[in-house]
Amino acid sequence: MKRKLVEIAHARSGDKGDRCDFGLFAPDAATYAVLKREVTPERLARHFAGTASGPVELYPLDNLLALKIVLNGALSGGAARSLRSDNLGKCAAAALLRMEIET
Amino acid sequence: MKTVRVGAGLGFYGDSWKPVAASIARGGVQYIGSDHLAELTLAILQKDRMRDPAAGYTRDLVPMLTSLWPLAQQHGVKFLLNAGGLNPEGARDALVAEFNKRGWKAKIATVTGDAVIDRIDALRAAGESLDHLDTGTAIDSVRERLLFANVYLGAQPLVRALEAGADIVLTGRVADAALFLAPLIHEFGWAADDWNRLAAGLTVGHLLECSGQGSGGNFNSYLANGWESVPDLGHIGYPIAEVSPDGTAVITKAPGTGGRVDFDTVRQQLLYEVHNPHAYFSPDVVLDMGTLKLEDLGGDRVKVSDATGRPRPEKLKIVAGYDDGWAGTATIGYCWPGAMRKARATEAIVRKQLAELKLAYDEIHTEFLGYDSLLGALADDSRIEELNEVYLKMSVRAKDRRLAEAFPRQFPWLALSGPPTASGFSGIEAPRQLLGLWPTLVKRELIEPEVKVSLQETAR
Repeated sequence: MKRKLVEIAHARSGDKGDRCDFGLFAPDAATYAVLKREVTPERLARHFAGTASGPVELYPLDNLLALKIVLNGALSGGAARSLRSDNLGKCAAAALLRMEIET
Repeated sequence: MKTVRVGAGLGFYGDSWKPVAASIARGGVQYIGSDHLAELTLAILQKDRMRDPAAGYTRDLVPMLTSLWPLAQQHGVKFLLNAGGLNPEGARDALVAEFNKRGWKAKIATVTGDAVIDRIDALRAAGESLDHLDTGTAIDSVRERLLFANVYLGAQPLVRALEAGADIVLTGRVADAALFLAPLIHEFGWAADDWNRLAAGLTVGHLLECSGQGSGGNFNSYLANGWESVPDLGHIGYPIAEVSPDGTAVITKAPGTGGRVDFDTVRQQLLYEVHNPHAYFSPDVVLDMGTLKLEDLGGDRVKVSDATGRPRPEKLKIVAGYDDGWAGTATIGYCWPGAMRKARATEAIVRKQLAELKLAYDEIHTEFLGYDSLLGALADDSRIEELNEVYLKMSVRAKDRRLAEAFPRQFPWLALSGPPTASGFSGIEAPRQLLGLWPTLVKRELIEPEVKVSLQETAR
């Protein structure tokens, strides 16, 4: 069944220079297994296509039932030079939660 | 068993200190660490200092401590604050003057030596390339445009300040978490190479450095226990850590405050603005979050244990800022019917007009407020024709200030002569300076000998 991440997980995003980083959190081990299977660097690159110039990094943290995701080149050169309203990437986590996966 | 209780102060310049009073009055804290400096803040302070050499520190310092000191003194609470910004000595002078005026007795320590803007050439002569950390670009490309350059110092100078008996420690740029790690090193006597304990202290600092984000604020969850179930954000309690000598900590908050400390709110903060969680760098230790255990004890208490530390890095991080031009902005709104069509038509007219007037900008950025300004390319366009209203927001980048200033002047005529229902024009806003950040590395041997800790007493 296809579901949006917002229905099964939660996430916070922030900035470091031109990188936007995310923590994506599962409420339980079963959901975490689904996230690990479905939320791959390739899938993330497709979801965020056109918004990041660099590679996607992914670090699974079994101890926290969480995925750490880093999008390189995603903040127009960084918060202090960016012309964007969301210059700090605070809403990027919401964009991530919109991603649809097979559960 | 002895525990030490450290509490969160501000999470940024402009944050509220009201919750800090609750942590002092009812949370049993012994130390407050207060982080006033984001990457952007030094740029704001540099502008202040260019106007007034006595400025350059965060101006919330004096009102914050004036408000909290009587209560803090009653409870024996000490403060560590990076509110010194680009001018820790100026911050101290302002605070000393205020405390003397009120007859308040305190020992105020100042940590200096993080500012290296005047040492760039000397550092390069000493063999440091100062190339951009991420791109490898040579610093010559921005050398003439540098506005500030500051090293992230670690906890050790703050520990020295506490050992000297300071009640208030004022610093410039230090690693945010050092404001919390320092009192733990001081109280427990952790060795400078006790990597696992230092990593535990770094974890505590990281959980506390963003004020309410560690206790249910900005809790980005839409599940059953999501943000709407977090109680009383209007009276949020900032996070407090009860730390044991082995580094194990319980994250909590003052009784009777709003917000929530649980497994979910704590882990959202734990991974916030972390790159590789297996190598979270600080000047004092490198933390591997992969072994951490979080245990929800209930009642707004989460136990954090089993941090793994690795030896501190050889080099320290510098963050420098350079002038990267100016932004001009204008915003104008349209209502249904066809709000987006009207906003898009206006954008096209403005772009054509800029070309005809030969106003050449380095970048033109368009957003539609109410549609895509926050989600960008990931905005959902399925109901775009039915939007009640949309604001067109256009921003330009220019090297020349006057060119940026000219941009919003292209808009007023559109009110009567453009697409219908134009409303809510933002006016001719002054241009905003843009800042490029230059992260780079420097050998600690070139920095640490220049770091000084001084102590001054008030109302002697």
